[in-house]
Amino acid sequence: MSDTAMNEDLLEHEERKSLESREFGFWVYLMTDAIIFALLFASYVVLSKNSAAGPTSKDVFDLSHTAGETALLLFSSLTFGLATIAMSLGRSGRVVQWLIVTLVLGLGFLAMEMIEFSGMIGQGAGPETSGFLSAFFTLVGTHGLHVAFGVIGICVMIGQVLAKGLTIPVRSRLFRLGLFWHFLDIVWIGIFSVVYLPGVM
Amino acid sequence: MLGRLTIEAIPLYSWVAMGGAAVTVCGGLAVFLLITYLRAWKVLWTDWLTSVDHKKIGIMYVVLALVMLVRGFVDALMMRAQQAIALNSEGYLPPEHFEQIFSSHGTIMIFFVAMPFLTGLINIIVPQQIGARDVAFPFLNSVSLWLTAAGAGLVLVSLVVGKFSTAGWTGYPPYSGVEFSPGVGVDYWLWALIVSGVGSTASGINFIVTIVKNRCPGMTYMRMPLFTWTALCISVLIAFAFPALTVVAAQLTLDRTLGFHFFTNGDGGNMMLFANLIWIWGHPEVYILILPAFGIFSEVVATFSRKRLFGYKSLVYATACIAILSFTVWLHHFFTMGSSANVNAVFGIATMIIAVPTGVKIFDWMFTMYRGRIEFHPSMVYTIGFMVTFVIGGVTGVLLALPPADYLMHNSTFLVAHFHNMLIPGALFGYFAGLNYWFPKAFGFKLDAKWGIRSFWFWFIGFYLAFMPLYVLGFMGMSRRMEHYADPNWQPYLIVAALGALCILCGIICIAVQLYVSAKNWGSARDVTGDPWNGRTLDWATSSPPAPYNFAVLPEVRDVDAFHDMKIHGTAYRPPAHYEDIVMPRKSGLGPIIGAVAFVLGFAFVWYIWWLVALSLVLILICIGIRACDDDTDFVMPAAEVARIEAAHLAQITPVDMHDMRDFEPRGAASGTPLAGRA
Repeated sequence: MSDTAMNEDLLEHEERKSLESREFGFWVYLMTDAIIFALLFASYVVLSKNSAAGPTSKDVFDLSHTAGETALLLFSSLTFGLATIAMSLGRSGRVVQWLIVTLVLGLGFLAMEMIEFSGMIGQGAGPETSGFLSAFFTLVGTHGLHVAFGVIGICVMIGQVLAKGLTIPVRSRLFRLGLFWHFLDIVWIGIFSVVYLPGVM
Repeated sequence: MLGRLTIEAIPLYSWVAMGGAAVTVCGGLAVFLLITYLRAWKVLWTDWLTSVDHKKIGIMYVVLALVMLVRGFVDALMMRAQQAIALNSEGYLPPEHFEQIFSSHGTIMIFFVAMPFLTGLINIIVPQQIGARDVAFPFLNSVSLWLTAAGAGLVLVSLVVGKFSTAGWTGYPPYSGVEFSPGVGVDYWLWALIVSGVGSTASGINFIVTIVKNRCPGMTYMRMPLFTWTALCISVLIAFAFPALTVVAAQLTLDRTLGFHFFTNGDGGNMMLFANLIWIWGHPEVYILILPAFGIFSEVVATFSRKRLFGYKSLVYATACIAILSFTVWLHHFFTMGSSANVNAVFGIATMIIAVPTGVKIFDWMFTMYRGRIEFHPSMVYTIGFMVTFVIGGVTGVLLALPPADYLMHNSTFLVAHFHNMLIPGALFGYFAGLNYWFPKAFGFKLDAKWGIRSFWFWFIGFYLAFMPLYVLGFMGMSRRMEHYADPNWQPYLIVAALGALCILCGIICIAVQLYVSAKNWGSARDVTGDPWNGRTLDWATSSPPAPYNFAVLPEVRDVDAFHDMKIHGTAYRPPAHYEDIVMPRKSGLGPIIGAVAFVLGFAFVWYIWWLVALSLVLILICIGIRACDDDTDFVMPAAEVARIEAAHLAQITPVDMHDMRDFEPRGAASGTPLAGRA
């Protein structure tokens, strides 16, 4: 075996070890992110009744619109899962297809959220109106910002799968992006059941 | 184009402020010219700033901490001088300037002295103590360092361009809200916290993964050195607590910048939310600062008593207990702010319970010293000074934990004296002990002991002079943060406190002299074995300074005191049959670039320069994107190179230098038997 080939073996071995650490590290990162959301949820619960003579949650929430957002995000989680299955089967074309579907669903979610936000701001229910709306926009907006970063991540990963194929580091990155995406789904379920459902009941 | 940044941002309003700005600018200029004169820019960039080696990153953290210590201490000196003379007079500082000084003093000492100091020591030592070649994420480590430096840079720049916050280091609203603090001061404070806080969170994640995943064979959890244990506990604390700081700082920023109503007086804001959120971070933060110091004391006390650490397991459990309990006491920072008696009682009791594991530790250290052969190295002297003084802080802490007593002492100088009593002898003495103890490991030569002892005595006596009067003044009813006062009975105590600050100034000068003298005489104090103190843990098994890979061959651990055990069995310093290729991380310029852009981002946010904000955000995303696509981050160091470095190291060691422990017969763990080293 030549020197460079041996080096590559060694690098690959170290790379596997390092990727394992990265996956664990990513879980820890998600825990820190979960704490950010936990505190934003806590702030929302504390401030949710403080509408300060402005619009209350009953005035501004539209459950059917939220149901649409929820459907888009949950389906995008499903399609990301299908991309992961395709990845484990080694079919890079399928991976890209499912990632594109996920991307479209994610963009759809973001578009619906923008429509919701701009509608609320247009009605005079912007974040500077009251403590309740500040907390609402910050919590839901932070989630939306995460989804936007996830969307950028999906674009980058589509590029990487196309350019590099399903190499070990690409698989690892895609796996971590998947964790991130599913995590955002769970947070959304929290938002749906803590913010929107009690808000209209 | 420049947002609200105008020529008026230059502090022409007072001579003192102008002087501070001039010193900062001249200091920066002097460093710049010195580096240019030495033609060191290229070396600095390639060998240091872009390095991802945990030892170099650690050293840069400690350098940052020492520089900021001087800056924060100047603030302290100015406050003491003001209060010593401001009886029925204005003193020499206008109120608004005095307020900036106590705000920046607290912010700097917590975020830019204590945090980088402990992170630096952990960086240098923990990978070596667990037999690892680097941290889990060397590049992320570099990003963390440069984000911390960017935060420190924002605080320094606030001295020259604009003003710093006047709202204290915890910045309670509504005073820190835009209504009462419309200037840029609070924004500087917030962005310094946000930028450096993200860096700290990343460090926490990095060290959790490093300690969980990168331990060498045989290094079980219950064989990890105590310093590594404390590093693990505080990394968990950082990962759980710092997000709270990010959240609360972001919320206050939204309030101030975009007119949100999280903490405002009207429109449905809730100020108590701020107090709760900041102390949910703030109390664990206290333990983040102090637990690594406890770890250092544990290492030092065992090494310089020449005994195995007494009660290793109890120290581990006590550390873990403190870490968990630290999340259950945050409300004791605002007992007086309207919680019910029952809520206060619960948090008061929880606070007092923390004294139990802390007491366990004190007894463990005392029993380690008991019948040991104590060597009064500066780090050991700092440890003993800590044990004596820290207990006083613990007692006053338990006193403050009683809600009824707290109602009397709240917001008084008694409180100021209490937390300085925890943070100076508790945390800072620990870091100084670590500096004296591990300096040879980082640089290959020992620090001068004489000047180390002198610095200790100045710090020790200076601490008592500066803060014991504040305990008394607290009982006499003096509030903290007073710019001037009318009670003549207070002045003698305040003059004594000012003398204490001068004494501490001598301590700082002694440290500077110590560094200078040691560097000048480095040839006569070289550490050729890598084990200058007859140490017990794996960090002493590497050379000093360690090779880039730390361990040519990963060690096999069989005992808590792994290296001591190797010396007893004669396996230390033995070259292996053959060396192997080692994979090393490549250096990267992206770390300092991300730090620089984050600094610009913070600055642009402070001054509402929105195009620059957008540009910096895009640049940071591009940097992350470049890194996310990079598959070529490592290189291979060939076995022949490793063999060459190791042979050069082993060739220097003569049997005289070695601490040969082969005759030593351990007679049971922690039996108190004096060590029968080779006489």
